[in-house]
Amino acid sequence: MAIIPILIAWPALMALVIPSIRDTAIRGRVVYLGAGVVMALAAFLLVGWLQGGGGILDLVGPVPVIDHLMLAGEFALMALIVVLCIKYKKYPVILLSVAQTVLMAWSELTNPVESPTHLRIDCLTMLMIVIVAMVGGLICIYAVGYMKAYHHHHTEYRDRSGFFFSMLFFFLAAMFGVVLSENLIWMYFFWEITSVISFLLIGYTHTEEAINNSFHALWMNLLGGLGFAIAIVVAAQTIHTVQLNEVVADGAVIPVVLLAFAGLTKSAQLPFSSWLFGAMVAPTPSSALLHSATMVKAGVYLLIRLAPAMAGNMTGMMVSFIGGFTFIAASMMAIAQNDGKKLLAFSTISNLGLIVACAGIGAEETIWAAVLLMLFHAVSKSMLFQAVGSIENCLGSRDIEDMHGLLLRLPKLTYIMGIGIAGMYLAPFGMLISKWVALRAFVDANNYLLVIFLAYGSATTMLYWSKWLCKLVSLHHTKVQVTDVTRKDQYFSMYIHAGATLGLCLLFPLVSSKVVTPIIQELYGTAHEVLSMSVLTTMAIMLVSVLFVPALMFLLTRSTHRDYVPIYMGGANEGDNTYFVNSYGEPEHLYLSNWYLRFEFGRRRLMRPGVIISAGVIIVMMCVIIGGAV
Amino acid sequence: MMQVVSVLAYLLLAPLAGALLDGLDRRVSARMQGRQGPPMLQPFYDLKKLFTKQMIAVNSVQMLLNLSYLVFLAVAGSLLFAGADILMCLFILSTADLFLVMAASSDSSPFSTLGAGREMIQMMAYEPLTLLMAVGFYLATGSFQVGDIVRMPYSAVLTMPGFLLGFMFITAIKLRKSPFDLSTSHHAHQEMVKGITTEMAGPTLAIMNIAEYYEMVLMLGLMALFFLNEHWWSWPVAIAACLVVYLLEILWDNAAARVKWRVLLDSCWVVTLLTGGLNGLILMLVR
Repeated sequence: MAIIPILIAWPALMALVIPSIRDTAIRGRVVYLGAGVVMALAAFLLVGWLQGGGGILDLVGPVPVIDHLMLAGEFALMALIVVLCIKYKKYPVILLSVAQTVLMAWSELTNPVESPTHLRIDCLTMLMIVIVAMVGGLICIYAVGYMKAYHHHHTEYRDRSGFFFSMLFFFLAAMFGVVLSENLIWMYFFWEITSVISFLLIGYTHTEEAINNSFHALWMNLLGGLGFAIAIVVAAQTIHTVQLNEVVADGAVIPVVLLAFAGLTKSAQLPFSSWLFGAMVAPTPSSALLHSATMVKAGVYLLIRLAPAMAGNMTGMMVSFIGGFTFIAASMMAIAQNDGKKLLAFSTISNLGLIVACAGIGAEETIWAAVLLMLFHAVSKSMLFQAVGSIENCLGSRDIEDMHGLLLRLPKLTYIMGIGIAGMYLAPFGMLISKWVALRAFVDANNYLLVIFLAYGSATTMLYWSKWLCKLVSLHHTKVQVTDVTRKDQYFSMYIHAGATLGLCLLFPLVSSKVVTPIIQELYGTAHEVLSMSVLTTMAIMLVSVLFVPALMFLLTRSTHRDYVPIYMGGANEGDNTYFVNSYGEPEHLYLSNWYLRFEFGRRRLMRPGVIISAGVIIVMMCVIIGGAV
Repeated sequence: MMQVVSVLAYLLLAPLAGALLDGLDRRVSARMQGRQGPPMLQPFYDLKKLFTKQMIAVNSVQMLLNLSYLVFLAVAGSLLFAGADILMCLFILSTADLFLVMAASSDSSPFSTLGAGREMIQMMAYEPLTLLMAVGFYLATGSFQVGDIVRMPYSAVLTMPGFLLGFMFITAIKLRKSPFDLSTSHHAHQEMVKGITTEMAGPTLAIMNIAEYYEMVLMLGLMALFFLNEHWWSWPVAIAACLVVYLLEILWDNAAARVKWRVLLDSCWVVTLLTGGLNGLILMLVR
């Protein structure tokens, strides 16, 4: 297993090398190479691990040198934050950063806890490594083509692509670190790195908006980091361990609730959702990375790890309520978005809410659903972000209204979008099946509030995806010519994602039994099949019908003779289905808009009450839980 | 064996039953309005006429999407009549609806796009209750399988009257009855012509009509689930109850004016919460 340190070190090395390469063509090659090696390393690790029996592997005993280096690294991160905060006059953030770093240093120096194992590989870690390596690696490849086009369009921003790629690779390294760490102090170190890198990525363009949003993200994530740090200190003081596994097995109330709090901030749950859609100002590959493979997934990963310690207690109640509430609130706010990336951001928050709710319930079925949702969401969302980014580079806009009739203008990108959208909510794609299992598990867990949230949230989710899909498929001919400027490497990445989405759907029973069931087995010690045979049969029927009915109908109707007629437009159609004669007798351009229901579901209307309710619940519940445990 | 017979019966007889019900609907409506009304078999004559019409279309995909709508509804209904999982059946039902919405928006025509938008609002309005209803059946009978639900010793309606009321409320949406016939209606004298069906003509419209008949029978099948139990006499009771509900929907259709989308959404969501939500909560508490 010597490959594991390389898995973390290689992307970090790439991150150091890339900024020094000035020539864009060579840099592009180096990025391909770096991403390719990351994927290959992950594949080797997977194969090696499977050949070794695929069990739990504990690695890296006590190594004081690395511990000290990490402590130094934490101080370096703190120094970086302090300098940037002073530069941009965001003084309160300094407090958060200094407080947690000093706290950690004090605890490590005055009360050192012997740690038998620092890294650990099990099924969940392996799944995360594969997701991070594959999706993250493909996003890096995509970014090469994207950043060229981006700086071609946006000449107002300074080209810092080298820095951008460096940060992407650093992110991958940190993510590998987070999912591999068994020692909480190590995990905290990598956790902080992801916070700082996302802060640097969000501020990429150096506009005022970007800088404000990046500090917004920073303070929210540092708040979670502070919770993480206090959790470690409390665990070290009271139960004398900093091993994640032992903390979960012990069920120590205060560390678990604080770690869960950290997980909630990182996975952008209400009231901490605003940083994630503020992150939209950054170039698209970073959004794709933050939303699909890394960052927010670190939050839900931690919550899934904590799930056995949250089953049936107050912490679980808090987490599942926040998750369920975020699911419905974010899906309602998504309805009012006409900016493609913002809609995707709200949908991410909403889907993460469902995963968090599942983790909070902490039953076997819900964790099954949570892991599957995480997997499907990573692939579909990464693909959707990439497609929207490419569409934006072609159209010069990511407004959903401008995507009217995109099927005729950018057919390839539209098909990719279509697969992604279908993957997010339609039967029989994985997201829907997981939702179905979650619904049953919520009922079995006697949590009726979550059932209500899920029922209403599904309806609102359906609306915002459907209206986008309909916008894409309307066959509207316009005179505006669009050329597809998407580069080959971008398509390469998106095609693989599309293939993976379809493949995961086809191989669903296999994914369930070979990937997810072992994870449940490891987390709970037991696992029974969540999907019964009759359900699988039903799913097969659905799959066949969804894949083959439209195809069959296409073949059937292709040969039928039709006479094409112009559409009815109220005023006389000018003959091209685009202009009609208005009441002055002049040609008027047809403009069709989607429904956005802004006054009912707009962010302005729902955000504040949502934040107040969720913040109130978190504060009250945390007080009750911690007060009760002290 | 029983499953195969029942699915085949659904696939073959549902359009006939739907068309007959539609004929009855038109006659009863006419009588309520003091008119004679068309003959009972008028829907069949209409379909025959539509199929013989010239095949005109505004684009190449409308027919394909409409056919998909029809087939998905048939699949959803088959799942119900085969006694399979009720949640899956409802999920496919909304997938089917999506194909209708896509067919309407593919035209890029102002009236059908407006209708498609309204249809999506309607879907959003009724979906919470259908999902909660499935949960209600699970709480009341311990299973999501339709086959188990109909073999209970007593009818589900005894423990879930609230869900029945809520379902009757939203059935008006699915049957395209006033006050909830926002996206299209059976009458072409409204502010947005015929809504989603504006650009459908001839055979395409006929397919849409047949699909609606499948949907009608599917909805009545869901209604019947409330009344069925292991005794043979529950079947005639269920059929009679379905007919009564259908007549009530016709009465409501004739008595109420169309509402705006906001009223539709608010009323459906509130009614869902008050009927299904409360009923489900009680079921969960006494479980």
